[in-house]
Amino acid sequence: MTTTALSRRRRVLPDRPATRIRESSVDRVFLVAVYLLLGVFVLAVLLPLVYIVASSFSSPAAVSSGRVFLWPVDFTLQGYEVVLTNPEILTGYVNSLIYAVAGTFISTTLTVAIAYPLSRRGLVGSNLIMALVLVTMLFTGGLIPTYLVVQELGMLNTRWALLLPQAIAVWQVIIARTYFRSAIPDELAEAAELDGSSDLRFLWSVVLPLSKPMIAVVALMYAITQWNSYFDALIYLKDPDLYPLQLVLRNILILNSSAGGGVVDVALQMQREQMAELLKYSLIVVASIPVLLIYPFVARHFTKGVMIGAVKG
Amino acid sequence: MTAVQAPPEGAAGVAAAPVQLPRPSGFSHRLRRSLRRHWQLYLLMVVPLAYFVIFKYVPMTNTVVAFKSYSVVRGVWDSPWVGMANFERLFRNPVFWTLVKNTLLLSGYTVLAGFPLPILLALMLNEVRHRLFRKSVQMITYAPYFISTVVVVSMLILMMAPRLGIVTKTFGLFGIAAPDLLGNPDYFRHVYVWSDVWQTTGYSAVIYMAALSAVDPALYESAKVDGASRLRRIWHVDIPGIMPTATIILILSVGNIMAIGFEKAYLLQNPLNLAQSEIIATYVYKTGLLNADFGLATAVGLLNSVVNLFLLLVVNWVCKRISGSGLW
Repeated sequence: MTTTALSRRRRVLPDRPATRIRESSVDRVFLVAVYLLLGVFVLAVLLPLVYIVASSFSSPAAVSSGRVFLWPVDFTLQGYEVVLTNPEILTGYVNSLIYAVAGTFISTTLTVAIAYPLSRRGLVGSNLIMALVLVTMLFTGGLIPTYLVVQELGMLNTRWALLLPQAIAVWQVIIARTYFRSAIPDELAEAAELDGSSDLRFLWSVVLPLSKPMIAVVALMYAITQWNSYFDALIYLKDPDLYPLQLVLRNILILNSSAGGGVVDVALQMQREQMAELLKYSLIVVASIPVLLIYPFVARHFTKGVMIGAVKG
Repeated sequence: MTAVQAPPEGAAGVAAAPVQLPRPSGFSHRLRRSLRRHWQLYLLMVVPLAYFVIFKYVPMTNTVVAFKSYSVVRGVWDSPWVGMANFERLFRNPVFWTLVKNTLLLSGYTVLAGFPLPILLALMLNEVRHRLFRKSVQMITYAPYFISTVVVVSMLILMMAPRLGIVTKTFGLFGIAAPDLLGNPDYFRHVYVWSDVWQTTGYSAVIYMAALSAVDPALYESAKVDGASRLRRIWHVDIPGIMPTATIILILSVGNIMAIGFEKAYLLQNPLNLAQSEIIATYVYKTGLLNADFGLATAVGLLNSVVNLFLLLVVNWVCKRISGSGLW
């Protein structure tokens, strides 16, 4: 990590004086404009996020009277207390963790299981199989026909409905296959074969250890997709105990279903409404934290993963 | 996930497959030998292939429901055929043309707005020599891509709320009466598209950054020696360098124009903006699963898939004619 940073800096430094000398005033103005525009980009991305976080730490009254801008007003953790003690949200959180872990495991295993054989040159029939896989990217049965399959398999209203129907993403197969092709030389596989190693053993003890960065990318991509999706849960699940967090979020945030009715006391009713409003902000933060926490750590690998697919393809 | 993800080499597989067919005897012989030698690899593929058959190919055959009067009791194959009745019903329904219009306008707008900005961001980032600044900008603009659709839509609803939303308040600061961004159907597309731009620009820029990093440094050097300004270097070196990538991405996004996502449109819908927010995908969901009219919904979906495939082929053909590069 540090060595690469150093070597890169060394590469940049020598040509710096040269460019500085030749930099014309037009270029300098241009560069300033670039920095300014990038600053605008960053602000446009950041401001909404900062606003949400600031609101989530503010008092219910401040939030519902719209006094919060980019800094918490009347700092409090009330919103988070309510979120973290709400049984519906906790169930959703646990469910989403289950779906993310199980789904990532299933998806990553299946993706490697098809991508590795397809990456081996000279495996007869692999072009045909690859074509079969790719066709599913161009043409799909659609919502209802897929629903009918899930129904027929008896998976409606079970956890399997969220884990299996979307288990393999063709795009990930392409990324994995391209990686295997470029990272594992054919000679290595041939040498292993001559030494009497079986294909599976070679995969397990040579290919997989060499492919850790790519597997991390693929697994993370699946985990985030699983964590963020709500559509399959919306169509396949009826039982609220199985709902993933995103569906719970939708019910509370978008359908507004959490306000308790039947309260006569006006003051109490207002307090409740304010609380329901604050809860939304805290809920957004709590729901996004897992993803935003892991993404910077893996962003580097992530970028590589996208690059492999985009450039080497 | 999204249309951004290009399968540039996948297409090679499609084109290459038929090549083996003309020599069946040789093929089956080679296949048998390969099976004996690499049976473990073939075995490994059995479960994933079963997945593709069950969850991708069986649904394709299930599209026959579009030509049937589906009954839950009799199932897909025993339900009576009705020919084109579902399609006729569809074309006679004036709502259908509104759906097509809404879908095309929404996704066309998304493509138009979403295509140039990532390129602009990547080109600008490429000019920045300050490593930390570049990394931070990349990291921050990249982040919204990982936020879920539900959360993004919730943020929009909270911020654009009629009385107390921050956007509404900001308008008030300038003494302008804020438009009802969520309720007025005329604003639906802008809200949809620009929040999409907010979410995906950083992510899409990564692909262009990758393409830019592959540009030969010698080209910059010689441009510099020739006295080309930064702007000229971008115009004559960078832009030609990312052209192939941009073409592929454009093909894919235009090819996916009919497949625009259900998730966000459905969440942003409310009774007030339905006139413009009802698109094919949401209509399929409502007629199919909420009203249990499986035949009609499948017909809409099938039509959508076919048009989509057709568009992809046409755009690919046009791009190949014009620029010489396409998906296959």
